[in-house]
Amino acid sequence: MKILVPVKRVVDYNVKVRVKSDGTGVDIANVKMSMNPFDEIAVEEAVRLKEAGVATEVVAVSCGVGACQETLRTAMAIGADRGILVETDVDLQPLAVAKLLKALCDKEQPQIVICGKQAIDDDANQTGQMLSALMGWPQATFASKVAVGSGKATVTREIDGGLETLEISLPAVVTTDLRLNEPRYATLPNIMKAKKKPLETLKPADLGVDVTPRLTTLKVVEPAKRSAGVMVADVAQLVEKLKNEAKVL
Amino acid sequence: MTILVIAEHDNASLKGATLNTVSAAAKLGGDIAILVAGSGAAAVAAAAAKVAGVAKVLVVDAAAFADQSAENLAAQVVAVVKAAGGAISHVLAPATTAGKNVLPRVAALLDVAQISEIVAIESADTFVRPIYAGNALATVKSADAVKVITVRTTAFEAAAAEGGSAAVEQVAEAGDQGLSKLVGRELTKSARPELGAAKIIVSGGRGMGSSENYHSVLEPLADKLGAALGASRAAVDAGFVPNDYQVGQTGKIVAPQLYLAVGISGAIQHLAGMKDSKVIVAINKDPEAPIFQVADYGLVADLFEAVPQLTAAV
Repeated sequence: MKILVPVKRVVDYNVKVRVKSDGTGVDIANVKMSMNPFDEIAVEEAVRLKEAGVATEVVAVSCGVGACQETLRTAMAIGADRGILVETDVDLQPLAVAKLLKALCDKEQPQIVICGKQAIDDDANQTGQMLSALMGWPQATFASKVAVGSGKATVTREIDGGLETLEISLPAVVTTDLRLNEPRYATLPNIMKAKKKPLETLKPADLGVDVTPRLTTLKVVEPAKRSAGVMVADVAQLVEKLKNEAKVL
Repeated sequence: MTILVIAEHDNASLKGATLNTVSAAAKLGGDIAILVAGSGAAAVAAAAAKVAGVAKVLVVDAAAFADQSAENLAAQVVAVVKAAGGAISHVLAPATTAGKNVLPRVAALLDVAQISEIVAIESADTFVRPIYAGNALATVKSADAVKVITVRTTAFEAAAAEGGSAAVEQVAEAGDQGLSKLVGRELTKSARPELGAAKIIVSGGRGMGSSENYHSVLEPLADKLGAALGASRAAVDAGFVPNDYQVGQTGKIVAPQLYLAVGISGAIQHLAGMKDSKVIVAINKDPEAPIFQVADYGLVADLFEAVPQLTAAV
């Protein structure tokens, strides 16, 4: 059984981004880039399924600029078997990525696609659900536990009120939540090995997909800053302030 | 022009998040229709018809919607949009886990973009949404014929639950896609207010040290204030509390009147979920904790001494 894992190159989660002064976007020049944390969880889950003998091959896919190759090498260092880069300089939106992934699913015929539930740059939380819709497959989003059986999977999902468990037929799309697993650190020998793993590069046109953006970003601004607060000396003063100044008690 | 709002419900009652979504819909200008797809959900349809500002309630009652699966619900929404023959200009749902699960599926089936978690409406095709954990706000314009949008509920007031008298109309059932089956749900039972709707939230972080401490220290305070309980990711990852307590970029987004952050350092991912609160109080023993940069009132203290004192004083 083959598992496909899409991975996105994003600004590292420890970086606090700065909005460009001309309002055209955020400044990502000279900023540390990493694999989207939810995608790392997705790669880890796929690799664990392979180690458990459930999956036979893990294919990592990234869509975007040439530098996404590094993200694919990271996925292969965690344990993915090969990588596919769909290379384009176009600003890819979730629908376009879902269409590219659909074309790859038609070609690669995976039984499961494991996606991160959202990317921490655009915070869209869409691509997995969109891919699932385009394929006509079931979806199990926000997964905190995945058990794969023959022709089906049982997935526990994190929902607003608690947890929900679904049984879905395969092929299917699963998207990862934070507590699905704790991704391993890639070891140096595995990083070296990853450099020799196959990496194929395609263009959107090779897959017959139109990736033209549907949304235009008119401007990007910084949110209003909270005005600086005060430090209180003790609990008594805090209660006094909350009652008489903030009037929230 | 009709704006279709997808009702969030559990077949018994209409969830409050739907009311905030109706308010967002009202800002677009046009007739508002609420779709109630459920099973034995007559009470939900009746409640939806009473919401102020709603012109029409579309009802489909069938076993296929008992569990609110994304596959069946999305197919139904798409069928309703197509049957309207271009009259529906917008499809809105709250940006809850339920709304986020379904709407991207709807958008893909309609071959349009989805716009996530809008916090403001500039015009019928231009919206403001947070990106990078709320560290930037993007204004985006959609070129698609149908705008499919999830709404950040804290950014819009709730519409009045009473006062409307919408016409109720049955719509044709799109059918069961047969793709997924609900095995079960473990829902957190609590007498406290829901995080999303609470006026006061008491939230604990890694500093609580253990599940026992979290409950023994924070619950008396929450009980006294009538507050909801929340947590940082660190507290959830450490197993102090279940996942649905998590406030943050990828957890719940809250904006109560008062947010008490106890033993929470204030990672940007946590701030993303609570920085729109009216008043923020931080109690932490580390004076350098980033939470103090967003707090209105900061108290550097040992939480195990300060919180019981606070409980006694309020």
